[in-house]
Amino acid sequence: MAINAQTQSKTLTREPVINDFAFSVATKNGSGSQTSNNVLVTSLFRMGIPVNGKNLFPSNIKGLPTWYTIRASKDGYTARKAITEIVVAYNDGTATEDVSSLPPGGVCVTTDKIARVINQRDDISYYEIPVAKLMRQTKVPSAFRKLVENMTYVGAVAQLFDIPVDLIYQVLLDNFKGREKPARMNHDIVELAYDWTAENIVKTDPYRFEHMDGTHGKIMMTGNDAGALGAIFGGVNVVAWYPITPSTSFVDGVMSFRHLRQTEDKQNTVAIVQAEDELAAAGIIVGAGWAGARSLTSTSGPGISLMSEFAGLAYFAEVPAVFWNITRMGPSTGLPTRTSQGDLLFTHFLGHGDGRQICLMPGNLKEAFEFGWKSFDIAEALQTPVFVISDLDLGMNNWLSDPFDYPDQPINRGKVLDADELQSFIDEHGKWGRYLDVDGDGIAYRTVPGTDHRFAGYFTRGTGRDEMATYSERSDDWVATMSRLRLKMDTARGMLPQPIVDDGSDADIGIITFGTNDEAIREARDWLTNDGIKTNYLRVRALPLAASVSDFIDAHKSVFVIENNFDGQLTQLIRLEHPENISHVRPLALGDGLPMTPSWIYENLKEQEG
Amino acid sequence: MPPRTNHLGLARNEYKGRPSTLCPGCGHDSISNQIISMAYELGLEQHKIIKVSGIGCSSKTPAYFLGGSHGFNALHGRMPSVVTGALLANTDLSCIAVSGDGDTGSIGMGQFKHVIRRNVPFVYIIENNGVYGLTKGQFSATADEGQFLKYYGTNHMPAIDLCLEAVIAGATFVARSFSGDAKQVQALLQAAVRHPGTSVLDIISPCVTFNNAETSTKSYPYGRDHEIPLHEIQILAPDYVDAKEEITIGDYDEGDILDVEMHDGSYIRLKKLDNDHDPRNRRLAMDVLERSMREQIFSTGLIYYEEPRPTLADTEELVETPLARLNAEGLRPSQAALEGVMQSLMVG
Ligand SMILES: Cc1ncc(C[n+]2csc(CCOP(=O)(O)OP(=O)(O)O)c2C)c(N)n1
Ligand code: SF4
Ligand SMILES: [Mg+2]
Repeated sequence: MAINAQTQSKTLTREPVINDFAFSVATKNGSGSQTSNNVLVTSLFRMGIPVNGKNLFPSNIKGLPTWYTIRASKDGYTARKAITEIVVAYNDGTATEDVSSLPPGGVCVTTDKIARVINQRDDISYYEIPVAKLMRQTKVPSAFRKLVENMTYVGAVAQLFDIPVDLIYQVLLDNFKGREKPARMNHDIVELAYDWTAENIVKTDPYRFEHMDGTHGKIMMTGNDAGALGAIFGGVNVVAWYPITPSTSFVDGVMSFRHLRQTEDKQNTVAIVQAEDELAAAGIIVGAGWAGARSLTSTSGPGISLMSEFAGLAYFAEVPAVFWNITRMGPSTGLPTRTSQGDLLFTHFLGHGDGRQICLMPGNLKEAFEFGWKSFDIAEALQTPVFVISDLDLGMNNWLSDPFDYPDQPINRGKVLDADELQSFIDEHGKWGRYLDVDGDGIAYRTVPGTDHRFAGYFTRGTGRDEMATYSERSDDWVATMSRLRLKMDTARGMLPQPIVDDGSDADIGIITFGTNDEAIREARDWLTNDGIKTNYLRVRALPLAASVSDFIDAHKSVFVIENNFDGQLTQLIRLEHPENISHVRPLALGDGLPMTPSWIYENLKEQEG
Repeated sequence: MPPRTNHLGLARNEYKGRPSTLCPGCGHDSISNQIISMAYELGLEQHKIIKVSGIGCSSKTPAYFLGGSHGFNALHGRMPSVVTGALLANTDLSCIAVSGDGDTGSIGMGQFKHVIRRNVPFVYIIENNGVYGLTKGQFSATADEGQFLKYYGTNHMPAIDLCLEAVIAGATFVARSFSGDAKQVQALLQAAVRHPGTSVLDIISPCVTFNNAETSTKSYPYGRDHEIPLHEIQILAPDYVDAKEEITIGDYDEGDILDVEMHDGSYIRLKKLDNDHDPRNRRLAMDVLERSMREQIFSTGLIYYEEPRPTLADTEELVETPLARLNAEGLRPSQAALEGVMQSLMVG
């Protein structure tokens, strides 16, 4: 059965609509709209309105179209909406298309110049701002004019939809870190447009913002910043990276929080190295993990591809290191600035030969922070690489969240022997070998370089070895190694973050997902419940899969695996682990480059369920 | 008679690794032997050393020396990145790294140049035989232009000079030697381990199985007949002041002896052998290398030396305690610190 694309509309009413609509701001990339959009989102957040901003931007520095969608939801839904009721059409190149995508009764805020070239519709409201004329009235030096021009829509939007203009000044001030001059300069434009709109425009639409108490005690942040902050609280020591969208801002985040880990005399406990490529970045973190530090890299698909040889080596040689894959759309360079969940299988199986990599999949800000620190404990406890699979949507967009919880577990460095412990080990077991599994859980004891004991040294290699880390090409040694690594992965299943399960109802339908689809699914399930369709829900948070996934599959007549990739990769993985017939498990897989919408899930699930 | 021991009371044997599995007579084994002697002579503590390598016959050798040290036989061409990470993790460690001409000159050229650029302080040994030994004798990028090998025919491409590449990349210690010249290899190793920067040793190390014909410039017979050392090298430890003071330091024109002072106060004493080479002069270093290549002269010795730049760890402004040894307090900020960040992200 075909799966619909993410386009559909909903009829609109003329009743006042308060704090429950979305708008889309269309501008040209590089025109300075980022500040304007941030100011709008932050202002709404400060008005207490649950809000979410998503940047749909091109792979380009200047000129190509970019859209920013802002959704306000009094009920606290923050998924992307399929339709936006309002468009700020500030890009002449896309204005016609932007206007035609509005639902009947929608609103177009545009410039007088663009208004002349777009096909006018008679079922929507138009508000035209004379931007050129307003800009001529300002005292802003001409060199800055282009940069602040976009503040005209901030002023107009504030007037039309009721955002207090003095609140905008406060937000601008914070945005410029307290510097009054740039804040004033921008705000002058905001006020100019605000006043002009008040005098000249007659509002004909029903949309309005109103103060409420929906964001009190909440924070707003990007997932990359949250993950970076988590890494700082997880004790990261060595970060190596190579710039690539959408992972770059993760390392920027580490840099901005690095001061939290500085000593009083400003010495660093976190080294950050911009490597020559992702191969080197991987080598650096594997070297650091081997030598006993907590190390991390952040990258996306093309970088992960280059890291595969080191990933295999680290898996086999049992070296801890943390790899963040902020997934973007592949294959190949693909859609470098669009989101995707398409690297799940590749990352889980990264490296040639047998074996699987541990993966953690955060679904929200809190988990990005939590997995940020926990990934190191897991990597060191299991002596293996850990891949945190996030995506562009979580990584680069602003999300609303409760504040993060301080780590509830002490730092766990795993089975590392210092010189005294090594001696005790030898006294107890007669010998120590790097790959000797005395506990029967598949995890051996390691020493790190610098350990002052004559038997501490061992030789790490990607070639065959025995328990004593001595080179071996014997088949029985090889099979013993692979068996122990598999045992270790089974031990891992119980140690990893378990799925989040909501199976309180006697529903026949189960929904499985991972990562950032969570918000859209939550909303879609509410819609389904309103239609009398009950569902249960399980969100996978780690690979290898937890045992509870099987129970969930068995407990439902029909299971939909909702994922934002084209091939249905989580579905494939579930099938791989369930050799028995599970034809009642079906993918609802999308993969169109955009964050999933509740309406897409709602409609497709209903259609598939029949 | 009990065996001779060094100042740690250790016999030379204690610095050995596992028995070599290379072809008997392979040049690489002689270099391993010199590493063992160097560590023994200097009385190095093995637990403070790491051995890292790429992939190749040469890269296998860290298993055959310093059995008490941690070793990492990593990936083909990627040793430099592993060293970078390990030495950032623990700045108390020193590192002896082994690579081959294939490992460095082809697949690893990028990492070679960039580790030098970052100035990671370690000894970077290239065991250069002009071929890929482990994959059975293909030409490497250091093979001479026009060289003929029975199976692979004629090499039509110019050779890459790894010392020249190192100087250009900003290496502060660059030397060339011959694995058949044990004395020189020993002296250069002793100087290199003292140098707090990337020290590149390009050691011509014959592959007796695939590239040892007299006509090959990477063979034993050729090396023995053609090696022209630029100088005799002697290392004067920091406490060896008396002998040093007898000569004027660094004034090359005034005599046949050049003392190059190292960072730790020791001296590399170069006894000039009928040439004007001063390794502290970058222009001369590049000239020597270019002339050697053009005229097929096998010049060996300390090609280039410079006061080291700040190392990568210096520029990172790291704490004194090695990162790998920080305790929980050094790894996790307080609850108050997290609350502070959370507050700053809340609604005013
Ligand atoms: C990614 C990768 N490609 C190819 C190889 C195969 N390989 C192993 S050693 C080697 C060449 C080694 O040559 P060199 O570094 O000169 O070392 P030598 O054996 O001559 O000492 C090659 C191509 C490999 N191990 N990894
Ligand atoms: S093949 Fe050549 S390089 Fe390899 S061990 Fe034999 S002699 Fe040495
Ligand atoms: Mg070689």
